[in-house]
Amino acid sequence: MRALVSFLVGGLFGVGLLVSGMTDTTKVQGWLDVFGDWDPTLAFVMGGAIIPMAIAWRVTQGRKPVLAAAFPTPPEPRLGRNLVVGSTLFGMGWGLSGLCPGPAIASLGFGGTGGVIFVVAMAAGMIIAPPLRTRLDQPTAAV
Amino acid sequence: MPTEWLMGLAGGGLIGTAAAIYLLVNGKVMGASGIIGGLVDGSAQNEWGERAAFLAGLLIAPALLAVMMGGAQTFLTENWAVIIASGLLVGVGTRLANGCTSGHGVCGISRLSLRGIVATVFYIGAGGLTVVVFKHMLGVI
Repeated sequence: MRALVSFLVGGLFGVGLLVSGMTDTTKVQGWLDVFGDWDPTLAFVMGGAIIPMAIAWRVTQGRKPVLAAAFPTPPEPRLGRNLVVGSTLFGMGWGLSGLCPGPAIASLGFGGTGGVIFVVAMAAGMIIAPPLRTRLDQPTAAV
Repeated sequence: MPTEWLMGLAGGGLIGTAAAIYLLVNGKVMGASGIIGGLVDGSAQNEWGERAAFLAGLLIAPALLAVMMGGAQTFLTENWAVIIASGLLVGVGTRLANGCTSGHGVCGISRLSLRGIVATVFYIGAGGLTVVVFKHMLGVI
């Protein structure tokens, strides 16, 4: 049952990404291109996504999820090198191609060879990341 | 208001609704990089089935919609070196930061998570600088 919900949620997420234009890399790069022909669409997408999710977080209070024992506990509000270095590297990659993980998978069906190469490289990056994370995450490394 | 902005708002609403259902029903945060990362590095363990189901839906539904719409395009660069460098950076970066646009952006900001907000500031800042350098200064992308 959880797998079926996951499948449907993934599908809805993918349709939302396509409808909103986030599988179009020129729109994403247009949002990041503050000094060029700036495209504000991504701000509307983020706003549209955050509203239902903010309501959902409120609904979780004092309740249990339908198909799980408990809601995820918030991570410690601790900022570290992993968060800052990781987000910076991610942003650089995102700017280079205009793809991030969700749209990369959502556009595999129509994105051609380049899209497949991106996903393979992304998976390779995900596999080599854990040792780097350990190296960054020394007790003295907290920012 | 341009149609593209309205489509962005509507599509964003679907993305947020998907994330809300995932949270309220399965009790999970909908983060694309975490779902993929747990599968490729083997840390998902007994959750691999539902993660694979999520990715199957994420791949199949927009592919079908694209066919119904008469096709869709990503306009991705054809420079393979840029694609590979970008993919590696996105893979390493999202796993180090433990989240991407969906996890830190949509799910983090919506509960005013400090980590989500800081991550979003850094990846948008780095993305903006990258476009300035590689598009306007070097002309590579």
